[in-house]
Amino acid sequence: MTTRLQSRARPESLLLNMGPSHPAMHGTIRVMLELDGERILNSEVEVGYLHRGFEKTCEHRTWFNLLIYTDRLNYVSPLINNLGYVMAVEKLLGLEIPERAQWIRVLMSELSRVSDHLTCLAAMAMECGAFTAFLYKMKAREFLWDVIEQTTGARMTTSYVRVGGVRADLHPDFEAAVRRGVDETRRVLKDVRGLLDKNTIFLGRTRDIAVMTPENAVSYGWTGPCLRSTGVAYDVRRAQPYLTYDRVAFDIPVGERGDNFDRYLVRMREMEQSLRIIEQCLKPLVRTSRAPAGLEPAEAIRAARDRKPEGPVRLSPNLEGSEKDVYPEIMASAKEAVIPPKEDAYTTIEGLIAHFKHFMKGHGLRPPKGEAYCAVEGGNGELGFYIVSDGSDRPYRLHLRAPCFHIVAALEELIRGRYVADVIPTFGSMNMIGGELDR
Amino acid sequence: MEKEIVLTALREAFPADVLETSVSLGDPVAVIRPAALAEVMTFLKKEPWNFTMLLDATCLDFPERPERFEMVYHVFALDGARRLRVKASLPGEGAAIASLTGLWKNADWLEREIFDMFGVGFPGHPDLQRLFMYDGFEGHPLRKDYPLRKRQPRLPMRPES
Repeated sequence: MTTRLQSRARPESLLLNMGPSHPAMHGTIRVMLELDGERILNSEVEVGYLHRGFEKTCEHRTWFNLLIYTDRLNYVSPLINNLGYVMAVEKLLGLEIPERAQWIRVLMSELSRVSDHLTCLAAMAMECGAFTAFLYKMKAREFLWDVIEQTTGARMTTSYVRVGGVRADLHPDFEAAVRRGVDETRRVLKDVRGLLDKNTIFLGRTRDIAVMTPENAVSYGWTGPCLRSTGVAYDVRRAQPYLTYDRVAFDIPVGERGDNFDRYLVRMREMEQSLRIIEQCLKPLVRTSRAPAGLEPAEAIRAARDRKPEGPVRLSPNLEGSEKDVYPEIMASAKEAVIPPKEDAYTTIEGLIAHFKHFMKGHGLRPPKGEAYCAVEGGNGELGFYIVSDGSDRPYRLHLRAPCFHIVAALEELIRGRYVADVIPTFGSMNMIGGELDR
Repeated sequence: MEKEIVLTALREAFPADVLETSVSLGDPVAVIRPAALAEVMTFLKKEPWNFTMLLDATCLDFPERPERFEMVYHVFALDGARRLRVKASLPGEGAAIASLTGLWKNADWLEREIFDMFGVGFPGHPDLQRLFMYDGFEGHPLRKDYPLRKRQPRLPMRPES
């Protein structure tokens, strides 16, 4: 089987394969290059090595069960993926979610965005030889993931944002953790800017390399930091504010030249704005009181045989934060869409039936017939879920608009005429995420 | 309604080709005849509508309908962040619709993906090949009649080229 590049190449050119497994290709992607010396005449990008049939799988899973698959799309910022899917379902259902849950979602989105940008730039810096910057950024990311882990129980595959709200309230100590994460990240950002912004080696590999014009970027459907680096100030959070983004102050940094360096700089400045949003989220989220400990579940079940036990039931530690008394603040009240509080499932027959029906085949979450497209600002740009419901317990069709799909589609054009070494920072600045691109 | 202005304009400009317009959960939707896709999209991309971005293109499969496939395009205008969904139904046999690669550059990969997953053809596409699946893959996995766990035969070893 000859590829397009092989059949069209000049007989005297050298054909070179980068990937699918290459140390500088984060994710499995194959770039075939037609070279004249060091210069790239043509290239062909082959994707699909991480294709797992996400959309097909989702058609065969219930609305509740497929949430975990969305964690694995952009695995660096799973919370935003959860959010995108959940908001599309909520749009179909017409659900209103409580304000505290909205603020938690904003906080979690921004934490994920910062960790996403940190990962992208860390990898990009490392591939340009700046290993120190890589380690600094990875360190900052750990502090942010500590916050996420504390509340959601997982670092990456969180499944934390649920239809109707969030799974659990924030951890009681989250504020200290967030402040520490923000401070550490600020310090790292300052250090990294000092290391890279005027670094000749870094500038030499990024400045004026792989320049994208605004028109071209729009024609390729670029969104997110890559589009903004060309000077187009489109951000879903500002253009169509969702959750409480209309109540926080933040700027949208834009670039001027649309080259690799601008893509780096826009991400750096965007992280500062995200940290600003995170700090603004703290105020409405701070809560001092904590639910008192109650009966052991086994004790409560035993007591419930005679009559309804008095007082709260203690939940197992992995349900911490989803106690009945915080439930109204983190979950919508629509009974057909949300799981009842665990205490009810333990102690009342109605709660048990409601819980059972929520997970029973053919019951549970069933959005009405219709279709919805809902977009959120992901780490890479507009993350859109297009969902068609036929009224059953699983989606008829679920399509993901992956932002980096459109960005990577422009790679062939960006590296044409450049040197082989330019592929690495160009590809790094795009933040290609295999899970999201190949689905 | 601000969102319906573009739908009204579409109906006036293409009275025979726009079959149905509606607003679905806040998003304007226009159903058009597939033959008119290129003209409608050109009209939308130009002034004063300025739908300069093709956000997304995908396909739906309804095996029980005579017009089995439904193409779904999402276009987007940066000024005012306006969105529009354009849909067109295609027959099951030899489904094909004009390629939009001349209007938008990302239509290239989007159409390759749809061709790969649904087997819809795009006359005018410069290089219509599978995008995610490999050469030699049989069938189109996102069609409803493709079983979830279907296994594909092993491919013979490729000769050294």
